[in-house]
Amino acid sequence: MATDRFPVEGTHIMMFARSVADDNQIYYDENYAKTTEVGHIIAPPTFAQSSAQFDPNYFLRPKVGQPWFGSGKEATGIKREPSSGGGGGGLHAEQHFEYHRHIKPGDVLKAVVKPGKAWEKEGKRSGKLVFTETVTEYYDQTGELVITARGVGVRTERPVDAK
Amino acid sequence: MALKASQLKVGDTYTECLVEDLKRTQIVMYAGTSGDYNPLHTDEIYTMQVAKYPSVFAHGMLTMGMTGRMLTNYVGDGRLTKYGVRFTSQVWPGDTLHSTATVESVGSGLVNLTVETRNQNDVVVLSGYAAARVD
Repeated sequence: MATDRFPVEGTHIMMFARSVADDNQIYYDENYAKTTEVGHIIAPPTFAQSSAQFDPNYFLRPKVGQPWFGSGKEATGIKREPSSGGGGGGLHAEQHFEYHRHIKPGDVLKAVVKPGKAWEKEGKRSGKLVFTETVTEYYDQTGELVITARGVGVRTERPVDAK
Repeated sequence: MALKASQLKVGDTYTECLVEDLKRTQIVMYAGTSGDYNPLHTDEIYTMQVAKYPSVFAHGMLTMGMTGRMLTNYVGDGRLTKYGVRFTSQVWPGDTLHSTATVESVGSGLVNLTVETRNQNDVVVLSGYAAARVD
């Protein structure tokens, strides 16, 4: 997710750790973190994904005054059928992280998104699959590259068979 | 605690239960922190009636995040240098997940692992790799 300013904060790290059911105190307790090899609070390995919170145009977040495709009075707030079975921009097929340094509270990151490859495949459970790749580079406040992330999204012709 | 190269051998495994009976509320928590509010994960009405899935399902990144906990518990904090996965099957409310890291190679201060997370029916839901610094 592209963003010019992704401030890494302790409270966000704490809530993120809770959301992935991780009670490792290095994500919660500064005093405990000081006793570890790392010596301070760090972010869990997949935390960079929450840069979506700081992408002003992130399409999977409802925005004030704009229609939202989730349910309200009706099953969807947008009166058209989704163009693909995946709905909401498809499904996440792959995610890769390369850590040059682990991020910590106080870091202010900038995420630069670069388009990657695109390819198609015939799927057994969901018809034609269209894959698209994006590479996101996270730079810190000194301009140092700290995380390189590569995501692959897939759009399906119809909903994936459950089993 | 970090791992010691001298104590690792190819084929060693480490397994953790990631979650028992995954709750919708856990998925809501992940939507809230990650910022991915796709209704497919939290809005049962939209997901069943419009997207035509049997229920909401977990973000792949929730499974990757929970699997990441297994990895950091194994290799130690701040030790990962690479972590990548493919999401091979959806994860649904009610699922129970176990995740295993297997040592693929050890050398020059680095361990390479394969990573696999399976559900209660032994279906692989996440398959990937990780690398970590070892002492």
